[in-house]
Amino acid sequence: MGYTAKFKVWRGDDEGGALQDFQVEVNEGEVVLDIVHRLQATQAPDLAVRWNCKAGKCGSCSAEVNGRPRLMCMTRMSTFTQDETITITPLRTFPVIRDLVTDVSYNYEKARMVPAFAPPADLEPGDYRMQQVDVERSQEFRKCIECFLCNNVCHAVRDHEENKTTFSGPRFLMRIAELDMHPLDTADRRDVAVNDHGLGYCNITKCCTEVCPEHIHITDNALIPLKERVADKKYDPIFSVASLFRRKDKREAPGATPGGSTPR
Amino acid sequence: MTELERHSFDVLVIGAGGAGLRAAVEARLQGKRVAIICKSLFGKAHTVMAEGGIAAAMGNVNSNDNWQVHFRDTMRGGKFLNSWRMAELHAKEAPTRVWELETYGALFDRTPEGKISQRNFGGHEYPRLAHVGDRSGLELIRTLQQKIVSLQQEDYRATGDYEANIKIFAEVTITRLLVDDGRAAGAYGYYRETGDFVAFEAPAVVLATGGIGKTFKVTSGSWEYTGDGHALAMRAGATTVNMEFIQFHPTGMVWPPSVKGILVTESVRGDGGVLTNSEGKRFMFDYIPDVFKDKYATTPEEGDRWYTDPDNNRRPPELLPRDEVARAINSEVKAGRGTPHGGVYLDVSSRLPADVIRKKLPSMWHQFKELADVDITKEPMEVGPTCHYVMGGVEVDPDTQETRVPGLFAAGEVSGGLHGSNRLGGNSLSDLLVFGRRAGLFAAEYVDRLGDARPKVTESMIVDAENEALAPFHVEGGENPYSVHSDLQQTMNDLVGIIRTGDEMREALDKIQTYKERVANAGVQGGRAFNPGWHLAIDLKNMLLVAEAVAKAALEREESRGGHTRDDFPGMSAEWRQLNIVCRAHDGGVEIERQPLVPMREDLLELFDVSELKKYMTEAELPKGEH
Repeated sequence: MGYTAKFKVWRGDDEGGALQDFQVEVNEGEVVLDIVHRLQATQAPDLAVRWNCKAGKCGSCSAEVNGRPRLMCMTRMSTFTQDETITITPLRTFPVIRDLVTDVSYNYEKARMVPAFAPPADLEPGDYRMQQVDVERSQEFRKCIECFLCNNVCHAVRDHEENKTTFSGPRFLMRIAELDMHPLDTADRRDVAVNDHGLGYCNITKCCTEVCPEHIHITDNALIPLKERVADKKYDPIFSVASLFRRKDKREAPGATPGGSTPR
Repeated sequence: MTELERHSFDVLVIGAGGAGLRAAVEARLQGKRVAIICKSLFGKAHTVMAEGGIAAAMGNVNSNDNWQVHFRDTMRGGKFLNSWRMAELHAKEAPTRVWELETYGALFDRTPEGKISQRNFGGHEYPRLAHVGDRSGLELIRTLQQKIVSLQQEDYRATGDYEANIKIFAEVTITRLLVDDGRAAGAYGYYRETGDFVAFEAPAVVLATGGIGKTFKVTSGSWEYTGDGHALAMRAGATTVNMEFIQFHPTGMVWPPSVKGILVTESVRGDGGVLTNSEGKRFMFDYIPDVFKDKYATTPEEGDRWYTDPDNNRRPPELLPRDEVARAINSEVKAGRGTPHGGVYLDVSSRLPADVIRKKLPSMWHQFKELADVDITKEPMEVGPTCHYVMGGVEVDPDTQETRVPGLFAAGEVSGGLHGSNRLGGNSLSDLLVFGRRAGLFAAEYVDRLGDARPKVTESMIVDAENEALAPFHVEGGENPYSVHSDLQQTMNDLVGIIRTGDEMREALDKIQTYKERVANAGVQGGRAFNPGWHLAIDLKNMLLVAEAVAKAALEREESRGGHTRDDFPGMSAEWRQLNIVCRAHDGGVEIERQPLVPMREDLLELFDVSELKKYMTEAELPKGEH
């Protein structure tokens, strides 16, 4: 096949930038990342882009292709028509460093706030016994390649920079759910999910699930069950009575849609 | 000189894959302050690509398994050129290292009794690989990443600072090791993001930089696989060993062109997949070498029975060690029995129900569906050999992982010895854990021994390192480094690839000389902030040094063994088995030296039948009094 495609690639840095036009050769079977590499090799050697495995396993080459958050290595050129102009922009939720590279340190800071796996103190290495059916729920979430497309698309931070301090995004709420469902984890993670990671900000619009390249059912299998667990505790009669004796601001979960944002 | 960021640590770990992270965990547990240098973002290292699993003789699926069996399999796989001491430590310690991962939160697939499940793999006598579907490497790196976070949380609780004892430097490339009077003193590098330089002072440095795949055109390796650690070590005065042995994984994708080389896990065969040629024949039965004749099935019927009754049948030859399978595929394609895109067929669709395939091989199903538009539950895959792993690496003490430079350690793919001339699948992830831990442990011990007598980083070291890193900016209108890289990859693929001859390798060495001149004249456009052209110009120097080491060692070794096949010397030689080829940096290039292997300890030798040893060893090496 082989044809010349029209591309617009955002170029710039934290001080600003613009879409730059390119015309570039496309061959059979190629993906968007191949085209970006061809631009580097032939027209723009200093075009900044992150990538590693080129096989959808490392989650490095996240960007927005025609406005949709995607892994560039898993976006086949054959999904576009030959006369279509393809626009590549950096992830919108995170600050631009240069061209298609953004500062994703927000995600690593949130990861560091999730309390670690807490196995029973008296369980020796080698003595762990778990049934396959019981590990499968958490295993689904451990497929996550940390491309951060879910955190990029989630409107609670995409449209609300101010929520970044209190909301960790689907990726890390899912991590909490994963530990919560770990058959041997001993910690109670419900308060942490609400108070430290902003579970209440999620209003289940499923944008995260839609963009997940690993097809993890983030909303249905992680976030909703986690919300249900929190609700069980909140409406448990004993907990309710106990909570009357705590200060009000500690008792309330953050509002469901701060800033009145609308679901996409 | 511009303002320079400087840091001081006890242990500097360069590389943030499985080996580097395990080393960092250990050094921190020993009470040391540790820096981890990632060339990419934290958690993106090449370890995520590993699919099959971690080899460890836990005996969960077949209780006959134990460290002695694993040791034997590893030595056989490496054609007895392995460092037997490393193979011994590896087989003995791997189970503990896997169980330990569970305490960090890893969730492996389970047996019906609730233990860690283990799968079959090429060259392993029993089901041995702890796994999570076909994303075992992701589980390993994420688990270690999360363990590091948990240690940082402990430090936070104790000091109020997450980074009190472990600090991660993401997207930093090291350009040079700093050496004071022959001892490791630290390292110098730049932040990819800004291009700003950074110097690390540390008496103990652990190299865990992975492999060299990007010197080859068709590779399963990521962009990071530019042989940095191999080259840094050689330039710092250390040696590399076994560089001629490159593993071509038999099953890489061959189509579409843009994904050529991407790995198709060996688990496809471990779980029942078969290799056929364009005539529909299961050709591997024609390629069982003499040394393995009594261990593999001779008919498809027996091979098929093995999956359900392994005690009374021999395994199918699709599960021979990787070097054998890769050569067989190469021969079939050369003989004109290949697929339309120049590979062979790997079929699991006619062997397992669709839902089982999707459960056991989820990422393979996904990869072929998304990248090649092939549904592996309905049709066969097209596969062919791809450069996958370098058995060779930095020469280390088998117990401590220390190189010939005091204070410089190496672990994982960047180190050499464990795998001999060919690595078994699954032995890489266990290698990372066993020797990553050892490197961290002995690096910490070394720091303790040093006391206050720490090596110093001097201003002149820093000035030299800066000048070297900035050189590509001083070339006016020079050649684009991408074109030099592409020529080097083609040369290595064509002339130092899966089948080699003396003449071709001499030609490759001549070409490598011309590439060196071209790299010296390669220029860089743009500034220092996240400039991939500049990064490549720096990485290329490492790739060229490593390519020269591979070609020179391969030219020297006049026999065929494991990941080194000479068309002009097709046989395996017992005399050559007694020799390693050692490479060191000299005058901008590589010089080589032959070095005798240490004879295997008597009690380990006794684990083998003399009849088997005879296939590999000279008469004088065999155990005394039995023949």
